[in-house]
Amino acid sequence: MRVRTVKCLLVAVFGLFAINISAPVFAQEHKEGDAIHTEGAAAPEKKGGFDAQEVIFGHVLNAHEFHFIDLPSGPVTIPLPVILYSPERGFASFMSSKFEHGHATYEGYKLHDGVVVAVNEDGSINESAVVYDLSLTRNVVQMILGLIALVWILLSVAKRYKSGQGVTSAPKGMQNLIEPVITFIRDEVAKPNLGHKYERYFPYLLTIFFFILINNIIGLVPGTANVTGNIAFTVVLGVISFVVITLSGNKHYWGHIFNPPVPFGIKFIMVPVEILGIFTKPIALIVRLFANMLAGHIIIICLISLIFIFGNISSGIGWGFSPVSIAFTTFIYLIEVLVAFIQAFIFTNLTAVFIGQAIEEVHHSDDHKELAAKH
Amino acid sequence: MELLTVLLDGTANAGGAIGAGLAAIGAGIGIGQIGKGAVEAIARQPEAVNDIRANMILTAAFVEGVALFAVIAGILAMFV
Repeated sequence: MRVRTVKCLLVAVFGLFAINISAPVFAQEHKEGDAIHTEGAAAPEKKGGFDAQEVIFGHVLNAHEFHFIDLPSGPVTIPLPVILYSPERGFASFMSSKFEHGHATYEGYKLHDGVVVAVNEDGSINESAVVYDLSLTRNVVQMILGLIALVWILLSVAKRYKSGQGVTSAPKGMQNLIEPVITFIRDEVAKPNLGHKYERYFPYLLTIFFFILINNIIGLVPGTANVTGNIAFTVVLGVISFVVITLSGNKHYWGHIFNPPVPFGIKFIMVPVEILGIFTKPIALIVRLFANMLAGHIIIICLISLIFIFGNISSGIGWGFSPVSIAFTTFIYLIEVLVAFIQAFIFTNLTAVFIGQAIEEVHHSDDHKELAAKH
Repeated sequence: MELLTVLLDGTANAGGAIGAGLAAIGAGIGIGQIGKGAVEAIARQPEAVNDIRANMILTAAFVEGVALFAVIAGILAMFV
C-alpha cells in the first residue's frame, strides 16, 4: 500500500515538474534568450577582486610577453616582438610593450582578448582586415630556447664521444647524464618495437623524446610558457609522427588495413575501423600529450587560486587555507615533474609501437627457429 | 525568471563538469585495478619489483590519458 502511495506521489510531482517546464517554453521569446546570454557573460565579472578564469587562462594560453608578477605599480613582464603581416597594410613589427598590456593601440593594431586585431582610425575593430600574426610569442621563444639548450647539450656530448671520451675510457660529465637516457630509449623503446631496423628511426625517436621532455621541464618553472599544453604544438608533433608512420608502411601493413585476415562478414566493419585507426592513433597521441600537460598546469594554478578565492570571502579564511593549498600544490607539482617524463616517454614509445606495426614483416616459421637457435 | 531558462542557463557547464567527474571515477577505478594487479604480482614474485613498477607506471599513464580525453571533451562542451 505504502509503495503505491509513494509511486502516486512521485507521478504527481513529476507531472507538476513537467508542466512547469513545458509551459514557459511556448511563451519564450527570442529576447529572453539574449538576456540569458548577457547575464551569463556578466556572471564572471561579478566575482569581483579576483577573476580566476582570467588568471588561469592567462597562464596556460599563449601571449605576446612573459608575465611574472603583478606589482601594485603594474605587471612585471618581458615584452616580446610582435610581427604582423596584413595584405592591405604590409609588414609591421614592434615590441609588445607598445600595446601596454592591452590598453593602447599602436600602428593600427590592438590586443583584444590576447589576439592582435586591426583597428580603424576611430578605434573600432576592423572585422574585415586579415592579419597574420607571425609574432615571436612566448611559446615560440621558449621552444627556441629549449631547442638551443638541447642542441648545445647533445652536440657537445656527441663531440666528446667522437673524440673517444666515453668510448675507450669512462664517460665524463654530461655524458653520464645523457648516455643512460639514450640507452634506455634504445633498449626499452626502439629495439623491442622496431627490431633490427631500429637504427633508421632511432634519431627521430630520440628527437621526439628530448624535445618534448625539455619543453615539459622548462614549462614547469613558474613564469614560463605552457608549450606542450598547446594544441598547435602537439598537433605538429602528431602530424610528423603520422607522416613517419604512414610513409614507412609496407605492403603487409596496408594489406592488413584494407584486407584484414578476418572472416568475410566482419570485414565490412573491420575495414572502416582500420582506416579510421590510421588517423585516430596519431590523434590520440596529440590529445594525450596536450591534455596531460594542460590539465597539470591548470590544476596547479587552480590550487593556488583557491587561496585568493577564499581570500575574497574573508581575509582570515584566505590566510588559513594557504598552508593546505601550498601542501596540495607541492604534491601535485612533484607529480607533474613525473608526468613530464612519463608523457615524453609515452609519446616516444607509442610512436615506436606504431612504426613497428607499419614495418612489421610477415612471420615465417624460420624466424622462430632462428630466435630459438640464438637462445 | 522562468524555471527552464534557469535550468538551461548552465547546462553546458554542468554537462562539462559532470563529464569530467565521471572521467575521474573511471580513472580512479582503472588505476586502482592497475595498482591491485601490480601489488599482487609483487607479492607473488618480489624480485620482479622493478619490472612490475615500470609497467605499472606506464599503464597508469595510458589510463590517465583516456580520462583526460574526457576532460577535454568536457572543456569543449563548456566553451564551444
